[in-house]
Amino acid sequence: MSDAKCYLYILVMALVTYLIRAIPFVLFRKQIKSRFIKSLLYYLPYAVLTAMTIPDIFTSTGSTLTAAVGCLAAVVFALLGKSLLTVAVAACMAAFLTDLAMKLL
Amino acid sequence: MQKNSLFLKGLKDGIPIALGYLSVSFGFGILAAAGGLSALTATVISLVNVTSAGQLAGLNIIIAAGPLIEMILSEFIINIRYALMSITLTQKLDDTFTTPRRMLCAFSMTDEIFAVASAQKGRITAKYFYGLMLLPILGWVLGTFLGATAGNILPESLKNAMGLMLYAMFIAIVLPPATKSRAVAICVSLCALLSIALRFIPLFSFISPGFSVIICAVIASVFTAWRFPIQTDKEEAHNV
Repeated sequence: MSDAKCYLYILVMALVTYLIRAIPFVLFRKQIKSRFIKSLLYYLPYAVLTAMTIPDIFTSTGSTLTAAVGCLAAVVFALLGKSLLTVAVAACMAAFLTDLAMKLL
Repeated sequence: MQKNSLFLKGLKDGIPIALGYLSVSFGFGILAAAGGLSALTATVISLVNVTSAGQLAGLNIIIAAGPLIEMILSEFIINIRYALMSITLTQKLDDTFTTPRRMLCAFSMTDEIFAVASAQKGRITAKYFYGLMLLPILGWVLGTFLGATAGNILPESLKNAMGLMLYAMFIAIVLPPATKSRAVAICVSLCALLSIALRFIPLFSFISPGFSVIICAVIASVFTAWRFPIQTDKEEAHNV
């Protein structure tokens, strides 16, 4: 693909992505009154994150075992109420150390 | 003072997202370089899109020189969840969000920024959002550049482990409210079961991962909203 064509593709890609984000964000001004819609919007973020995490987290490191150990570490640190960064680093380290241990054994 | 501290709080909340993005976009940079794109082109893609799944799909279309309509449809389908997130987040914006500020902030509506912003207590201000979006965008762009130019310096095992960071962050966002509210727990459990079913039951194999997220999330939250509607503001005082 030529550079010009490649950048046309990138422009189109960016435009579609931006408009999907911006149109509702700019135009939606009212406070929603419906209790059902309010409830739906309250639960939706948790559901989206769950659907993105499960089952993909178990294939995110290239090894189901290291991913499972990392996931377990994330669950434990999250239940202890640690910050987002602490939980993320703990999971990463747990997976890294598991991988290391597997290679040594 | 107050406004600066809101900006700083946003910056601080953005650090884990930025670190997660740095590692994920590093992978994107490696893929883009492997596909024959220059480091500059890869970095520009990340700068103007700031989205993981959409960029990966877009990159593959560019590499395969697919038709432009495929680019439009793919990006639309993969990113339609951002429209839902944008609508949801408008309910939490305070009066500092003028139209130009909304146009600016909408640019950085990602799953993670949305998740952190929507988990805030009360309304959010534009200053907070600026702080929140700054480091993740920098991390995303910088990680792409580093991945495209120097992708193979990191040891494989560390690169692999870094793939967990974003998911671990999602767990940190979802679990605490799920332990406090039975309804949230039911919602996420149902969603997890649906997501596993859609992935592993062969009948559903035609559903792409991007669509699967939308389907599972909508079913689980519609069900929970129907069975367990949240208390309205007036009732909340009596139901803490």
